[in-house]
Amino acid sequence: MNMPSNTLLEVDRLAVEFRTRGGTVRALENVSLALAEGETVGLVGESGSGKSVLSFAAMGIQDAAARITAGAIRFAGQDLLAKKGAAMKALRGREMAMIFQNPRVALNPIRQVGRQIEDVLARHTDLLPAARRARAIECLAEVRIPDPERRYAAYPFELSGGMCQRVMIAIALACKPRLLIADEPTTGLDVTTQAAIMRLVRELSAERRMATLLITHDLGMAREYCDRIAVMHAGHIVEVGPTEALFAAPRHPYTERLIAATPVGAASLAELAAIDGNLPDLRRNDLPACRFAERCPRRGAECERPLALAPADGASATHLIACHRPLTAAATEARHAAFA
Amino acid sequence: MIQAILKRLLGAVPAIIGVVIVTFVLTRALPGDPAAYFAGPAGSTEAIEEIRVKLGLDRSLPEQFVSYVGDLVRGDWGNSLTTGQPVLAEIADRLPASLELTLVGLLLAVVVAIPLGVLAATRPGSWIDHLCRGITTAGVSLPTFFTGLLLAYVFYFLLGWAPSPLGRLDPYTTAPDFVTGFYLIDSLIAGELDTFVSAAKQLILPAITLALFVLAPLARMTRASMLGVLSADFIRTARASGLRPTTVLFTYAFRNALLPVLTTLGMVFSFLLGSNVLVEKVFAWPGIGSFAIEALVASDYAPVQGFVLAMALLYVLLNLLIDVAYGLVDPRARLEA
Repeated sequence: MNMPSNTLLEVDRLAVEFRTRGGTVRALENVSLALAEGETVGLVGESGSGKSVLSFAAMGIQDAAARITAGAIRFAGQDLLAKKGAAMKALRGREMAMIFQNPRVALNPIRQVGRQIEDVLARHTDLLPAARRARAIECLAEVRIPDPERRYAAYPFELSGGMCQRVMIAIALACKPRLLIADEPTTGLDVTTQAAIMRLVRELSAERRMATLLITHDLGMAREYCDRIAVMHAGHIVEVGPTEALFAAPRHPYTERLIAATPVGAASLAELAAIDGNLPDLRRNDLPACRFAERCPRRGAECERPLALAPADGASATHLIACHRPLTAAATEARHAAFA
Repeated sequence: MIQAILKRLLGAVPAIIGVVIVTFVLTRALPGDPAAYFAGPAGSTEAIEEIRVKLGLDRSLPEQFVSYVGDLVRGDWGNSLTTGQPVLAEIADRLPASLELTLVGLLLAVVVAIPLGVLAATRPGSWIDHLCRGITTAGVSLPTFFTGLLLAYVFYFLLGWAPSPLGRLDPYTTAPDFVTGFYLIDSLIAGELDTFVSAAKQLILPAITLALFVLAPLARMTRASMLGVLSADFIRTARASGLRPTTVLFTYAFRNALLPVLTTLGMVFSFLLGSNVLVEKVFAWPGIGSFAIEALVASDYAPVQGFVLAMALLYVLLNLLIDVAYGLVDPRARLEA
């Protein structure tokens, strides 16, 4: 894969499996994704496509049942999978941080929010207690929490969902990490709060030149906030490219269907196209090379052949797809013109 | 805080009144006639009648109740017919014995059960998890009188390590001056180390018996609660922040897991206090449980009523204590004034 020189996070042909009683779940297969410094990349796909598995593996906080069976994850040139537990923990929260969905339950319910920020500072910095407290209050102010001195002593149940998410961002950014993974950060918040939180993430990322991986199933949000977008389906990345190119001319049939299923502007329910079928059962032993083939209207005989991400015909070198029978740029552009 | 506690205590008054009424009615409704019991098998009808009048049992129930309540308010809980002692003095004498035994048993159980439950939860499927399951199963399936007898048989009769299971002190030691009623504490206050050792020796077997019994619910609750908390979202957040495993385990997981454990602790404690009669019998412990049972068998009303009332007061205090502890752990449960 051709990589920009300032690559921060590089996931290289990663495969993750879960051993369960019902069989082995091949949750990720041959997944490659790179993030440059200061870049915001969206990771989109329906529920169960492996977005969170990928981000948890990158953070090294995957479930005990998960096994990384192939591939590598590199962060600023260091091989994360080779790192021992303690070295990885020292990196987490300091160099790379993560925020989660449902902020009200993602914070310790019986600990003052300021103390929770201090816990991270105590772990990763040499600040003395008094300085730690001052820095924690500063962190709360940085995420635009009004009256941070008073909020320091608040418990999560005393704050709104949006405030809790701000606190979580403050915890994640307390040590000024170089990479932020935001796993559906606005799920469970109301629409106006969503916009405020996303603007805050964008501002802080830009200020600190922090790379951001935004995991979402909201294509509209990905389009608004991301430089590039990677589309996942059933544990594969099927298409990755610059946001505008991907929306203007999606080349993978799945991306095209996903965009058609997303409400834009004043679209009515009737105009939205559902994607037929479901994700394939990832415990199957006879998974096809293209895991979308069984749902794909364009399926053909060649879809049985092995598949890898490659530049799409007639697109830039940064626009990759994994499809033997891609849509042509002209066809999708014409359709989208009709929509608009 | 103080205000909230006072409010809670006031709120308990109706419950106490209810207890007074119910115990009064219940003891009267029980089969058996104390007058006949005290007259003995040879007692003539006239003698029984005479005793009945002396005890005030010939009066109507409302009359008896009014005089009973009047006595209670004046601090007179009546006299035990079997021993002739005032009930209040008997309870004050015997309650500390039961409390000391229960508290030490509970302490032993907590010291073992909580680490066991935490370890079992952090290593599901490991040998310590199986050990935890084995101990909890054994703990609930072995009745206390059986474990008590077994312990006394092994450690007193066979091995001779423990003193004879007869009461709170060996026959050659005198009780320390009364301060708290707990011999372990009073002997230290009096500076009598020999008495302390003697009291501890007498205490250890019955305390272990009780501990084995309450170990099971505590360890099981700790394990279940820890397992639940460890899979919570905020634990994932803590791990994603790179916090040390000890911080995640104790500051984040354990404090959150403590709430149901506290509830169980309160329940187990109140349950133990009233129901360790069997252990008290096995070890000839001069506690309040055996006292109440003896009185009940003799249809001796006053001690039974006194016992139930004392227990009710204790439960109220205990529940308050648990609520305060809850508030200390969980800010959402702080008592509002």
